[in-house]
Amino acid sequence: MANMPVSEMRLPPHLAHLLAARRLDTAKDVLSLPEVELMAILDAGLPTARAAVALVSEAACPPYQTALALLEERVRLGGGVRLATTLCGLDEALGGGIPMGKLTEVVGPSGIGKTQFCLKLALLAALPEYYGGLDGRVVYIDTEFKFSSRRMIEIGQKSFPQIFRQEGLAQKMAGRILVTRPTSLADFTKSLEEMKVTLLQHDVKLLIVDSMAALMSLENEKATAGFRQHPLRWTLSFLKSIAEFSRVPVVVTNQVRSQSNDDGYHFSFEVDKKDGNKCAERFDSHLVAALGIQWAHAVTVRLVFESHSGHRFIKVAKSPMSPAVAFPFIVESSGITLLSDESIDVTGPGITSIHCQGQNVLAR
Amino acid sequence: MGEQSGAQNAWDMLSDEQSQKHTTTGSGDLNDILGGGIHCKEVTEIGGVPGVGKTQLGIQLAINVQIPVEYGGLGGKAVYIDTEGSFMVERVYQIAEGCIRDILEHFPQSHEKSSSGQKQLQPEHFLADIYYFRICSYTEQIAVINYLEKFLGEHKDVRIVVIDSVTFHFRQDFEDLALRTRVLSGLSLKLMKIAKTYNLAVVLLNQVTTKFTEGSFQLTLALGDSWSHSCTNRVILYWNGNERYACLDKSPSLPVASAPYAVTGKGIRDAVSSNHKRARVT
Repeated sequence: MANMPVSEMRLPPHLAHLLAARRLDTAKDVLSLPEVELMAILDAGLPTARAAVALVSEAACPPYQTALALLEERVRLGGGVRLATTLCGLDEALGGGIPMGKLTEVVGPSGIGKTQFCLKLALLAALPEYYGGLDGRVVYIDTEFKFSSRRMIEIGQKSFPQIFRQEGLAQKMAGRILVTRPTSLADFTKSLEEMKVTLLQHDVKLLIVDSMAALMSLENEKATAGFRQHPLRWTLSFLKSIAEFSRVPVVVTNQVRSQSNDDGYHFSFEVDKKDGNKCAERFDSHLVAALGIQWAHAVTVRLVFESHSGHRFIKVAKSPMSPAVAFPFIVESSGITLLSDESIDVTGPGITSIHCQGQNVLAR
Repeated sequence: MGEQSGAQNAWDMLSDEQSQKHTTTGSGDLNDILGGGIHCKEVTEIGGVPGVGKTQLGIQLAINVQIPVEYGGLGGKAVYIDTEGSFMVERVYQIAEGCIRDILEHFPQSHEKSSSGQKQLQPEHFLADIYYFRICSYTEQIAVINYLEKFLGEHKDVRIVVIDSVTFHFRQDFEDLALRTRVLSGLSLKLMKIAKTYNLAVVLLNQVTTKFTEGSFQLTLALGDSWSHSCTNRVILYWNGNERYACLDKSPSLPVASAPYAVTGKGIRDAVSSNHKRARVT
């Protein structure tokens, strides 16, 4: 809609000519200008500029729907509003599973089980519907060379033994999972763009990026002179729009890093209070998610994988559908399993912090 | 000669201010520091860290504005402008159900249809009265804000416009920061005009960024210093220990104050610890 050509807008002829003469060819061209500047460029009075803006805005504005129509549409598109993870407690907390058309982030220290989780999801999306899957293809973007077919099939065999005993099924399932290994952000960007077509034509039901942070850290080491915009922001926009447009769930893994002094912690009106406590809080949780606060705003669901008190936990740290809860889990041959479907409530700062016991983060 | 167009004397304005309508936030404590709720005819900015409940509050307001007049609400409709895709319709349904349940609790005689034959207390009716726009670029965001003037003229029962979030596209795609500031100030003027002309509340949800001030990095709302002057009211949602708090950081007539609130299955409500007293920051 932003690039909608003015010529297609059916404006009154004098306005259409005026805009064309000044090379204001798209909605974006016209609307990015403040009123006064538009008047200057068009060499016209305020009423003309306002009329142009009003008409172009009406043409470029996307149509509205009532929330009820949105709900009915969702129902009409059938089940598949969520990708069930088969971890019952987690699925219940998420309102059925990983949401379609949204960005879900899986963040945690290395080695905790993020890739194991992704492997299982990939499998689930590929499985036929009568086994609870989405019966579709999966695109797995593997930036750290962690994808292991052997491991994924092992997970399949151990989680769904009766299915995988069938002849040729393992091959069929594995054949549905497309793995790409971009080595740079430019590569990744290129695959994403090609992906748009693939997603629509080839019945892709899940997109996994494992991991996003690795790509970004590669990029930060190189000069970014070639990029007009910050690469993360562009990638973020693109992933979100792919997700929504094609209605597939997009799962992205993120790393953690130690907290630095650059991390803003409080608002200015809070700073006066409790100076002593502030220091204590800072040492309490050593880790923060990489990729920054803008990324954190943009994801719809954030699942934090962490370890403390001798156990590992999946924590639903951000979700529009549920309060913050955590589930203990282990990783075994059949992949990730919850030790309990009873959720543990997480309150206060615990929601936003990431714990990692038993690892020397300072040595990273 | 007559009056200068657009000018009003302060005495007339006083009676206007006193009859000003509010939309309840769902939390009594929060309403208290806001002077009753979110005000019509004003632009209120609500910012906070990810996950603290901005979208939850935005959705709650889009539902609460619809509470029928006989139950103490405005009986209006809502426009929800979604720039991030955070609007999850199943959650909106839940919040509508929660609101209805609370109405029925407070007004037990209303199980039958209300006497004036107004809105039936069904979640579907509440959802039907939210006009939802999905915006995918800053151009579309500018377009929809401009288009609102015409739209609201055709839908005079809208009493709230929520933009969730006003930040997203402006952080992503704008390379020229000086131009961005001019465009944003044009938008904020338009929004203020809409609020006053159509007697509705405009609520802008904003993200958070870090700023280096007074020798350390602090959290602050995004979009820069000049934007921060643009809104009439500013509310910041933050974590205080184990609880969610809201701080009224800017208001033309109310003191700076904080209050706790909670996000529950039913929506925004008072915090468990609430005893309905206002907690002052200074």
